[in-house]
Amino acid sequence: MSSSAPTAVHHVHRDDYGSRMGMWLFLFTELVLFGGLFIVYSVYRFTHQQEFHIAAQELNTTIGLINTIILLTSSMTAAMSITAMQKGNVRFAKGLVWVTIMFAFAFMVNKYFEWSAKIHHGIYPGSKELLNKPEGEILYFGLYYVMTGLHALHVIVGVVFFLFILRHIGQGKVHQTQYVRLENAALYWHLVDLIWIFLFPLFYLIH
Amino acid sequence: MAHVAMPVDKIEPSYLEVTTNTHKGLLGWILSVDHKRIGLLYLYTMLAFFFVAVGFGFMIRLELISPGKTFIDAQTYNQFFTLHGIIMIFLFIIPGLPAVFGNFFLPIMIGAKDVIFPRVNLLSWYLFITGGLVAVAGWLLPGGSADTGWMFYVPYSVRTTTNVLPALTAAFLLGFSSILTGINFITTIHRMRAPGMSWFRLPLFIWSLYATAWVQVLATPIIGITLALVIIERTLGVGIFDPVLGGDPVLYQHLFWIYSHPAVYIMILPAMGIVSEIIPVFARRTIFGYKFIAFSSIAIAFFGSLVWAHHMFTAGMSDTAMFVFSFITFIVSIPSAIKVFNWVSTLYKGSIQADPPLLYVLSFIFQFSIGGFTGLMLGALSVNIHLQDTSFVVAHFHYVMFGGTGFGIFAAMHYWFPKMFGRMYNMKVATWAWAIVTFGYNLLYFPMFIMGYLGMPRRYYDYLPEFQPYHFASTIGSWILILGLIIMFTNLFVGMRRGAKTPKNPWGGETLEWTTQTPPIVENFHEVPTVTTGPYDYSEYEVAKKEGT
Repeated sequence: MSSSAPTAVHHVHRDDYGSRMGMWLFLFTELVLFGGLFIVYSVYRFTHQQEFHIAAQELNTTIGLINTIILLTSSMTAAMSITAMQKGNVRFAKGLVWVTIMFAFAFMVNKYFEWSAKIHHGIYPGSKELLNKPEGEILYFGLYYVMTGLHALHVIVGVVFFLFILRHIGQGKVHQTQYVRLENAALYWHLVDLIWIFLFPLFYLIH
Repeated sequence: MAHVAMPVDKIEPSYLEVTTNTHKGLLGWILSVDHKRIGLLYLYTMLAFFFVAVGFGFMIRLELISPGKTFIDAQTYNQFFTLHGIIMIFLFIIPGLPAVFGNFFLPIMIGAKDVIFPRVNLLSWYLFITGGLVAVAGWLLPGGSADTGWMFYVPYSVRTTTNVLPALTAAFLLGFSSILTGINFITTIHRMRAPGMSWFRLPLFIWSLYATAWVQVLATPIIGITLALVIIERTLGVGIFDPVLGGDPVLYQHLFWIYSHPAVYIMILPAMGIVSEIIPVFARRTIFGYKFIAFSSIAIAFFGSLVWAHHMFTAGMSDTAMFVFSFITFIVSIPSAIKVFNWVSTLYKGSIQADPPLLYVLSFIFQFSIGGFTGLMLGALSVNIHLQDTSFVVAHFHYVMFGGTGFGIFAAMHYWFPKMFGRMYNMKVATWAWAIVTFGYNLLYFPMFIMGYLGMPRRYYDYLPEFQPYHFASTIGSWILILGLIIMFTNLFVGMRRGAKTPKNPWGGETLEWTTQTPPIVENFHEVPTVTTGPYDYSEYEVAKKEGT
């Protein structure tokens, strides 16, 4: 239908407040997404209290604690990178984003060892070992894999988000007076952190 | 609405001729971030799916014209009603008004150049079309299309050998698309209003989109995670809902309806917004009870999110829970009734002009009222036990979803058609099409109330001979309805191509979209409008009418 010569029209519109608002709304949807899983968890925890209690003892609280510390620290470095950017210290801001990504990597390595230890012991969905356990424990480990797995997926998405920001900093799209994308990436990262703060007690600490 | 800066009537190439990128032809459409083009992309894809789903509906009705096998076997019949439901709900009614008319008119009606995140807007269309294609793949792949009904109830959806995975994935992607649209609309309404466009000067369609967008944002993730869990359960064998592994199928039903009941309001609220737009224009009267209509949208969105378990009264729940859910269900009827009363009061003593958009709106009010009242019957615990899973329920939700939202979409198409395409359809044909569609529609669905009340179960392939007269009438109704739809869409299509050119404001509307060029230019307005009064300001007409001039 566009028969006449098309002239490109660009909307030059900048609204940092609006961008942050969009990000917050997206974070609400993420909270509700995990909220659905928390409902499932609470219902099954309520109906199978004894078995959840026994199954939870299989998890290694120390690794969980280390991962909690890693994520909390990474949230701090993400927040610091915004302040560094605001003060015009681009190199330092970039460095802090890289540190955040390194922490994310460390978290995933821990997670890898944790999961492979479970799988090594024959505890994975559909395994004979697991199916011989009582129903409550099957549900517990099912939820363990789904919820920590979905969280790990969010960690990866967060890293990709930060890699894009690094590229944008390199291209000069993100700088001292235009850093809303970095802020949004950090907001997302805080959400990843926040969800872990709930997962950690639910699976590792409540006995 | 009076404006300080009246746009000059200079003619510039419209959005149909100029796009936001440098491509021509198809690429100029599918890569354009112009909200109007995206709205039309949604319209065309959505209508394509609608026609397919009408086809499946036609075949379901044809099979049921007589007891026993008529022309398809029971398994095919199960797949057809599943496809009919999935397409109509996820690909037509949910995106119907917000994604098509919301996209096209939301920025124009608040005096903005575009939505706040134009690229996210295009992304959500791509998610929509991908979801649609994945669904289509599920029907064509070996194994046969899903036969679970659109609700995907566990454990059957985990066990059946048909292609449930593509259907689930499609619904997941479509949900994501819906969420992005919702985020875009909320932020746009908050941040992009023209100078002077305060919250209580917003057109009521915008209020209804605002309420809808919140439901989209806050309820859709629940269906996302629930369907993802079924996908995980089916592919990896993780025990979550399957009772063999200790899961609880009723928990699935709760999670499903926590989204899918509010989704009903995603479907109906924008249609109510359309009605609130059209009535003042064709009655030449300021809308009665603006704030009540605006807040009743919010109230419906709020209470509608707390009633989901009324779909499950026979599934096993405590008496207290049943009582509470039944009570809140009754509460939802209050804001709905407030709207109906306000619409009727607006029409009262108005200078009514019965053009096709208003005729569809009148059908809406009539049919939505029937749908609403039968909803109250179903929400009553004692009656529900008798009517659960009968065709009474089918009739009820078709009266709300089709008789309400579907007719709302038809009304919107006829109302905004001249603005979107700059041409007018044939009024006489449109009026005839309306009469045929309304008659066929009621003949199709009303008998279902009666036979449902007499005990005809829903989704059954076969039935007792005593139900034959009702089924027969219903099938005849489906033919008349489809005839009407063919006339209506042919008329619109011909009008789009060859209709007479229309002026800027053929209906005498007072909202911002009627002040701009027809069809609108890419940036909607030549200069940013300044708003000084509320919408639907027909005080001049009303004064003139009182004085008898």
